[in-house]
Amino acid sequence: MADTALEQLKRSGKIVVVGASLAGLRAAETMREKGFAGSLTLIGDEPYEPYDRPPLSKQVLLGKGDAEHTALPRRRAIDAEWRLGVAASGLDMAARKVLLADGEEVPYDRLLIATGVRARAWPNEAERELDGVFTLRTREDGAALARSLNAGPRRVLVIGAGFTGSEIASACRERGLEVTVAERGDAPLVGALGGVIGAVAAELHRENGVDLRTGIMVTGLEGDATGRVRAAHLSDGTTLECDVVVASLGAQRNTEWLTGSGLGAGPRGIACDAGCRAFDIRGIVTDDVYVAGDVARSPHALFGYQFLSLEHWGNAVAQADTAAHNMLSESTDRRPHLWVPAFWSSQFGVNIKSVGVPSMGTEIMITQGSRAERRFTGVYGYQGRVIGAVTFDNSRWLQFYEQQIEATAPFPPPFTTVDRRSDGQRPIPADFPDPSVPTHGPTITLSGYSPADRRITFTPAGH
Amino acid sequence: MRLVVDLNRCQGYAQCAFLAPDVFAMHGDEGLLYDPQAEEAQRERVAQAVAACPVQAILVDELDLAATPAGAAATAGAGDAKGASDG
Ligand SMILES: Cc1cc2nc3c(=O)[nH]c(=O)nc-3n(C[C@H](O)[C@H](O)[C@H](O)COP(=O)(O)OP(=O)(O)OC[C@H]3O[C@@H](n4cnc5c(N)ncnc54)[C@H](O)[C@@H]3O)c2cc1C
Ligand code: SF4
Repeated sequence: MADTALEQLKRSGKIVVVGASLAGLRAAETMREKGFAGSLTLIGDEPYEPYDRPPLSKQVLLGKGDAEHTALPRRRAIDAEWRLGVAASGLDMAARKVLLADGEEVPYDRLLIATGVRARAWPNEAERELDGVFTLRTREDGAALARSLNAGPRRVLVIGAGFTGSEIASACRERGLEVTVAERGDAPLVGALGGVIGAVAAELHRENGVDLRTGIMVTGLEGDATGRVRAAHLSDGTTLECDVVVASLGAQRNTEWLTGSGLGAGPRGIACDAGCRAFDIRGIVTDDVYVAGDVARSPHALFGYQFLSLEHWGNAVAQADTAAHNMLSESTDRRPHLWVPAFWSSQFGVNIKSVGVPSMGTEIMITQGSRAERRFTGVYGYQGRVIGAVTFDNSRWLQFYEQQIEATAPFPPPFTTVDRRSDGQRPIPADFPDPSVPTHGPTITLSGYSPADRRITFTPAGH
Repeated sequence: MRLVVDLNRCQGYAQCAFLAPDVFAMHGDEGLLYDPQAEEAQRERVAQAVAACPVQAILVDELDLAATPAGAAATAGAGDAKGASDG
């Protein structure tokens, strides 16, 4: 066989992965599985080998596992050069080099960017430096927060009731700690699942003894003489005494290091095609730069070709696999990443799962179980078709709805075989907040132009 | 021994919690909690759980990797990590 460029790449090329976490590791494994024998470099700014984040807000906060013990298992040896504890600080696409913060340059033939997102910090710099103020994204964050909960604080304040904030509140209650949750929206999880499900989540919080305050903003934090947080000021004029504060305000994409590189990267992520190839700022797809995981935003045929950014574990694994496959394939052998979004959470002893894009849904219908029992399936409809589903302790139904979404099945679902109790007779408005009013944010961001939108917003450079 | 459960796949069948109760435990009716770094002594039981899981949701370190300090770079400080290989 002719010594094609691809054969040569596979035999002796250089592949660099920036972001040494879930997506980066899984992509590296797939590359080796596909017979890549060249040099593989993994660059990560955290000093640790890839570890798993979901346990940080679950096992770790419950004291049932250490943050230090969440390193990800390996599917196989990847024989990589690890550059850990050093950030990539720039990209020279013309010279095909990644620039590192320590001044070194790493040349590549193919580059995979998997730099993920980081926790949005509490906006006031002085207040965020106070002892006892946390965010939760990294292993260090998880260890520090678990330590502070072990110390038995008198009251924990969680700011933002998205999935992470709600899981933190749940862990606090399970440990018997007093916890207040302050949420700007009308209910927990509204950004991701809408107001109908948000109302169920709010009841879950309250039944479990969380002091849930919605429609409220934290306007400031106050420290004591030793620089430890002691109180928070709320927008309703009240002051809350608390000795641990967790800002759970959603995430920001790690794209700043690509500023000026010419890559189509910004605060909403790195745009790529369905095959994970990054776009440059001219909207032209690159041949040698690929993207995967939380930092990527890619068009999805099932969802009107909208660009989706997903902060989902399963997406990072699946997209990494597709990116790695495509990096080592002829153009005709490439695959699209058409994963149906799927997500799980566990809070207050309830297993919550979703598939599809609930936040696109305008209506919801409870097709099984009942909200009062906290065991149900809700199906989301958009323009007469099934677009998403959520289950509370009813996950065995999810796969069925995943198939319905893939088949663009009609909404409301016409079948009569399923359990229909009082809740389940008809669709009702799903009640999502106005997307222009920021909340803690959904875990799926629809960031592409949709013809239904008839709106274009200009996002200036910078973050 | 490092392990991870793909909880998108997991359907809460609890086979793992039955076979390796020191590593996997049900939390609520459907939720699963597990120890991501189980004791080496649990390897046999975990292997049974992996095999028994009806949806193959459990991933454990590949066996030959267990013997080598995979990702040895990880425990080193930031500077030392440079250039290490996980062979
Ligand atoms: C507390 C918590 C709970 C979660 N729970 C769930 C859950 O229940 N279900 C679910 O589906 N998902 C959950 N997730 C989300 C899931 O963990 C992410 O979707 C997943 O980690 C994404 O993987 P990634 O590799 O794309 O990005 P990340 O895991 O964010 O990894 C990106 C890596 O790149 C590094 N990096 C960034 N910039 C640079 C740079 N310039 N140079 C070098 N390295 C850089 C980062 O430090 C990081 O290590 C949770 C996340 C958190 C934080
Ligand atoms: S055996 Fe598999 S499906 Fe059942 S609880 Fe364990 S991981 Fe989940």
